[in-house]
Amino acid sequence: MPLLELKDVHARYGPIRALHGVSLTVDEGEVVALLGANGAGKTTTLRSISGMTRTSGELVFNGRRLPRRSPEAVARLGIAHVPEGRGLFPELTVWENLRMGAVGRGVSLAEEAERVVGYFPWIGRRRTQDAATLSGGEQQMLALARALVSKPRLLMLDEPSLGLAPTIVRELFAIVRRLNDEERLTVLVVEQNATIALDVASRAYVLEVGKVAVAGTSDELLRHEGVRKSYLGY
Amino acid sequence: MRFPPIAITALKVAAVIGLAVFIAFLPRIFDARLDPASAEFRVGQFTLVGIWFVALLGLNLLTGYSGQISLGHGAFVGLGAYVATLLSLGRPGLELYMLDPPSWMPIGDGMRPVFTIPIAALVTGAIGFVFGIPALRLGGISLALATLAVAVSFPILMKRFDEVTGGGGGLNLNLPTTPFGWDISTRHWLFYEAWGTAAVVFVAAWLLVRGRVGRAWRALRDGEIAAVSSGVDAALYKTLAFGVSSAFAGAAGALLAIEVAYVNPDTFPVSLSILLLAAAVIGGLGSLFGAIFGALLYVFLPIYAQNPPILSSDFSTQAPAVVFGAVLIAIMLLLPGGIAGLVRRLGFVGRSAWLRRPRQSQPGA
Amino acid sequence: MELRARAPWTNASIGPALQAALILVASLALVGVVGLFFAATKDTFTWDGYGQQVVSGLAQGAIFASLALALVLIYRATDVLNFAQGEMATFTTYVAWSLMNHGLSFWPAFALTLVIAFAGGAAIERTLIRPVEHRPEIVIVIVTIGLLIALNGLTGWIWGTEVKAFDSPFPLRTVEIAGVVVSLQDLGVLVVCLVTVSVLWAFFNLTTLGLVMRAVANSQEASRLLGVRVGWMLALGWGLAAALGAVAGMMAAPALTLDPNMMLVVLIYAFAAAVLGGIDSPVGAVVGGLVLGVVINVLGAYVDFVGGELRLPAALAVLLVVLLIRPQGLFGHRVVRRV
Repeated sequence: MPLLELKDVHARYGPIRALHGVSLTVDEGEVVALLGANGAGKTTTLRSISGMTRTSGELVFNGRRLPRRSPEAVARLGIAHVPEGRGLFPELTVWENLRMGAVGRGVSLAEEAERVVGYFPWIGRRRTQDAATLSGGEQQMLALARALVSKPRLLMLDEPSLGLAPTIVRELFAIVRRLNDEERLTVLVVEQNATIALDVASRAYVLEVGKVAVAGTSDELLRHEGVRKSYLGY
Repeated sequence: MRFPPIAITALKVAAVIGLAVFIAFLPRIFDARLDPASAEFRVGQFTLVGIWFVALLGLNLLTGYSGQISLGHGAFVGLGAYVATLLSLGRPGLELYMLDPPSWMPIGDGMRPVFTIPIAALVTGAIGFVFGIPALRLGGISLALATLAVAVSFPILMKRFDEVTGGGGGLNLNLPTTPFGWDISTRHWLFYEAWGTAAVVFVAAWLLVRGRVGRAWRALRDGEIAAVSSGVDAALYKTLAFGVSSAFAGAAGALLAIEVAYVNPDTFPVSLSILLLAAAVIGGLGSLFGAIFGALLYVFLPIYAQNPPILSSDFSTQAPAVVFGAVLIAIMLLLPGGIAGLVRRLGFVGRSAWLRRPRQSQPGA
Repeated sequence: MELRARAPWTNASIGPALQAALILVASLALVGVVGLFFAATKDTFTWDGYGQQVVSGLAQGAIFASLALALVLIYRATDVLNFAQGEMATFTTYVAWSLMNHGLSFWPAFALTLVIAFAGGAAIERTLIRPVEHRPEIVIVIVTIGLLIALNGLTGWIWGTEVKAFDSPFPLRTVEIAGVVVSLQDLGVLVVCLVTVSVLWAFFNLTTLGLVMRAVANSQEASRLLGVRVGWMLALGWGLAAALGAVAGMMAAPALTLDPNMMLVVLIYAFAAAVLGGIDSPVGAVVGGLVLGVVINVLGAYVDFVGGELRLPAALAVLLVVLLIRPQGLFGHRVVRRV
């Protein structure tokens, strides 16, 4: 049984339909990428899972239907969503941001923080700095770290590479790969940068105008002619 | 079912003309159906409706069309009232009160009350405009505070500068008389004076909101950033809204002073400003017709809330405030278009209601 | 998308508390010097009298600060000014009066009133504010204005509009501190307000619940994604604000005497204090309140033109000048909007 399953999910923003029946699965312990152009419905898919948009269709997580219109309840089930723009609290310090990761899930901050700071050593040194004063790359790292503190069963990342320098992006995805290797963390990542996403992911879905256009393992997609032309650029 | 725009405009024009005719005949209707004393009383009440209609039109332009809250409208009404009083009494009249206004103040030797109305409107409008220049730089919350500060300070200032205003004792105007040798009672004359002013002001407001100014106001109200980036001069149009709304308030104040023939700083407490805002909202923000409902409510709700017609019992003198507040909240929760919005919906005349639209969510930084 | 630029003097090397203290001392010193300039021109001037004015200004300012802090709490949570804050405070002060009339002594009545105020504030958020929380700010503001009107009327309806005496918990004696005669009433008010503010500061900065509330004030959406029940946090914020307002009301009532419009002027001073301090800054609200209290006392006592009557307009005029120079207030963040 997959950890997360979406069956024929539709979503709309007022009169505008954003998803026209998306179906996908994410298995325990795998990294799945969601690719596509701007406006294809990638972010909306994550928002639907998190209960942040009006949806119809079936969304099942860990054998249970996901609550609708209640992001807090979804988060409490163990789905950590790092949204577009990272969703940090700019006026809170680095450490306070991290503490917020433990709040909703009732986990002990001390143990989890120890483990998480192992992946991001700089956080331990800069705990009293305001999050607003971090660089873009550091903010993305902190958002990821905060999500990890909540011990998620599923981590959802929305465009983590957006606006970051290529070396930072490589570093970020290297950490995601390590997390998956070492802790069997399940990840659903939305990316426009298909090259780097397919490098880490084992499977991927390509969304076009609110529907799954192509699906397969990363190797299959890397060989797929349409995907290569449209998203990989060769 | 939706009517085409031209039909709606025609319908509105017809409604306005119908209403105007009805109002013109209202005193005669009262005379024909009631005993003379009650007829006088009713005409007086509807004169007040006309006066508050003028004031609420101004507030509606500011809050309903340009989207800025004013908690100081009552102070501008008061300002208009004092301007009209001083002008109509003139220096000779003020001397009877042993008052000696400073010589630089252009108070003449007294004039016919009706002529003070446009002057009061101009003076109050100019003061509102000048006040708006710094206040609008503040925007939002500070603006609400600034207008509230005006409302609170007004009675205090009027009492403090008693060498001009007569202080807490107030000033009596000369009793009004029908001018130009017309053959109607003074009550009726005051009624027509108020509603005549209302007609002029209503047409002016209509022309304003239908034209370029109105478009600029609505654009600012619905999204200041977008409006400014498409070339709307925000400061100019917002200040203009302040000026126009103050001018309307000034005209209403002059009418009120003439009608009541007495002004006193405590006629214009801060609660007047707050209740005026409430009446404008309940009547319907962003609708000129809303001001009529607001004015009717403003005059009659206090009477009926204290002595409810069905419950044959007298409530506390505080009942009107409770009802006013509760209705205001209920309107915002259930019927953001106010009474005018309800009428519009019953008439199937659709229009996007800006107060219903969700706030744009702000993504975290 | 909003970016918040830091106040120019923000410096990572000094803590915010120290900063606040520095600015408080600096502003009070400035007020003192300006006040002295006027005061020294009067023959009635004495240092003792001046000190007394400052202390009673601080006591009054502490009341403004409490109510201003309540406004800031709600502003940070809901993004609007709560125009009903003063009337909520008045209403709860009447509740305290009733409790005392039924035989409770001051402090038990005080504590019980705080609980009632908290529950009432939270209930108002749940029932009246929640349905409109996603609509334009003007709608929420109008709801709070409706609440102001209704609560004001309700207070008069229940308890009558005639003025009532409200007993002070502090003795009517005076003590001499460093040569300045200080009334215990002023001192008591100052202490109670400052203790309340300190407790609140500790709650927000030292407890997890306080952290969560600060996070919600920062970003509701991000908080939701972390599993925070944002709705309850907002209700909690309104409850705390109402309780804080109740403290202000009960501290103000002995001097003002109880009447339904008691807190209207206090509310305006509190607005002024909050805006002066920077409407999104709790520290600013407290500093703004204290400074404003001293300013109006010194101006009223030593500037003939201002006297007793023109304190409010004079304070507001000073405020407007400050705002024109620094629109975000002393401690506020300048909001830079990007299109």
